[in-house]
Amino acid sequence: MINRRSAVTFMALGTASVLSIMAGAFSANAANKELKIGFVGVTSGPAAAWGTSNVRSMQTRAEWINEMGGVKIGGETYDINIITFDDQKDPKRAIAGMEKMAQEGIHYVVGPNVDDGAAAVRPVAEAKGIIYFPYAFPKPLYVAPASNAILGMIANYQSGPAIYKFLKEKKGVKTIAFVAANESDPLSQREGGVAAAKALGLQVVAEKDTYQNDTRDFTPVLTPVVKLKPDLLVLSGVAPGNAPLLIRAARELGYKGLISTETAHDAKVLQEGAGELADGFISVGGASTPEIASDMMKEFVRRYTKKFGEYNDESNTKVYALDYILETLKANPAAINNVEEFKRTVDTFSAPNPYVKGEGKLKYVGTASFGQKRQIAVPMVVNTYKDGKFETLFVGEVD
Amino acid sequence: MEQVFANGLYLGAQYALIALGLTLIFALMNVLNFAHGQMYVLGGFITYTVYARLGLPFVVALFASGVTLATVGALIEKFLFRPVIRRSVREESTMLLAAAIAFLLDALILLLFGEKQRGVPKIVKGVFTSDALIMPYDRILVGILAIAFIAAFVLFMQYSKPGRAMRALAQDRVAAQLMGVRVDRYSMIGFALGAMLAGVVGGLLVAITGISSGIGGPISIKAFMMVMIGGAGVVGGAIAGGFILGMLESVGLSALHDYGDITYLVIFAALMVFLSLRPNGLMGKPWG
Repeated sequence: MINRRSAVTFMALGTASVLSIMAGAFSANAANKELKIGFVGVTSGPAAAWGTSNVRSMQTRAEWINEMGGVKIGGETYDINIITFDDQKDPKRAIAGMEKMAQEGIHYVVGPNVDDGAAAVRPVAEAKGIIYFPYAFPKPLYVAPASNAILGMIANYQSGPAIYKFLKEKKGVKTIAFVAANESDPLSQREGGVAAAKALGLQVVAEKDTYQNDTRDFTPVLTPVVKLKPDLLVLSGVAPGNAPLLIRAARELGYKGLISTETAHDAKVLQEGAGELADGFISVGGASTPEIASDMMKEFVRRYTKKFGEYNDESNTKVYALDYILETLKANPAAINNVEEFKRTVDTFSAPNPYVKGEGKLKYVGTASFGQKRQIAVPMVVNTYKDGKFETLFVGEVD
Repeated sequence: MEQVFANGLYLGAQYALIALGLTLIFALMNVLNFAHGQMYVLGGFITYTVYARLGLPFVVALFASGVTLATVGALIEKFLFRPVIRRSVREESTMLLAAAIAFLLDALILLLFGEKQRGVPKIVKGVFTSDALIMPYDRILVGILAIAFIAAFVLFMQYSKPGRAMRALAQDRVAAQLMGVRVDRYSMIGFALGAMLAGVVGGLLVAITGISSGIGGPISIKAFMMVMIGGAGVVGGAIAGGFILGMLESVGLSALHDYGDITYLVIFAALMVFLSLRPNGLMGKPWG
């Protein structure tokens, strides 16, 4: 039963709450404008690690920027607001996500994480004036007439040849076997890897062995491959969750050769899943190995860890996309609502890379692979895993 | 060939244990528990937390997984399935409820345990090696434990009072009630037992395959396949289905590896032909 006194109290509390919320909102608006940056990618299901490391990198960086007073673009200062959409690795949902970004008036989106999602959102992005940064490798996304997608990482056809060449020359690798999940991304990465290996004169002893992405026990998958005793076993496009299981199964079956991949991985996941059996595993990372990480990278890792309890080494690469968007907008403020201006700026843009020691630059690359600059330059750091952490094997560059 | 056969046996033991809980719940309540895979995942994460994070013995972690999942299963039956079964006239309602629970558990597990693949230190180190066979000792141990759990479960169902009551329920719910079997009580025990089996196998396998959020759906699908092969609601059928699927996978991946990933294509095609000939599976009849 509600009496008169409690009703008055309730109304007073309600009014006070509404006023305080409005006051908060107005004071925030009064300080800075809001710049929305989108994310469309996978943050649930078996591949959740890929998108989650994107989202968390963006949120950590945005919070840091906002804490420092926002980002100044032209004459205005903006607080960054990250708008996220989980596409569940489903191209139909990726399209819905990109439509949502358009409805929110967003012009810059990070993601999607996989090939089919990135291909599916292309018409929406081009029709609605959105520049997006996929973590997917199909060249048609980046080759003219396509112009709205900018590759957010190093593609396997760029890192693979460099790794195989290094291992051929330095470790005497002569034979190579490929194993891939039976999905579009890993299969296309395997094709690229096989072509690169053959071009280098390596003998490919296995190129058709695949597995279902939800496989939990890889012993039956690897039994016939290990029998071939290749010098190098390539896990094409392997998901971070599957890598330790594959490594463990191969080593337990007695495989003594090298194991590598062209995707980014997390040291903690490898340590827990394969322990010392993962020692020597070669993968491609970003910029947090002690040899090249700047103080800003270390601070990013510290903030990420504080915010989410645990760092993900995949974020070494995924920290970059948001900075590229903001730095490009700073270079040409007219691009904030006009992606054609952004595209024009891409050709000449250059800024210091805050995440690596020395004279590294943020710049757009990709001319050699795509005929136009539709890729962000991130350091191609080839790592080897040892005793729970990554060590730099060599550092390369795209273009 | 010995390696392929051993791989198949080991996989089969794992699969049979996964399918047991699912078929038990179906036999007792006619409920297709789509959340079975998520219960497996939850069990895996509990073992991971207790064993790898808290540093307690693996046996304690496995026990914690079993008890937690049994409690979760009992609560789900009492507060969700029981009212829905009582009030609903359509059987699809329980399927929708099971799907909703699966989505809920997926989201909760992701929230609580994060997106990363997790693993635990090996429970037994070393690898058995002979000219014909390579098998890590931890897999041998897990395989033996899985077979022991299956045997214990069959004995429990065959000779214990709750086991007999649950078999009676599975055979004829109304007749069992008329004979004095407390339907609500044994439905709850059965659901708790099914969930506990999922949790224990999740905990057991975290030592071999690790665990990650989001794999619950694929685990459920595989469990449904085994149940379809063996015959829904039949314990012997689930065990047979598990071993058959394990052996098919192992032989297929070895014999067909030159042709790409057609092993599951062949298995699914064979399953369709098989079901068109024997729609109730190998032993497709009610419990008993």
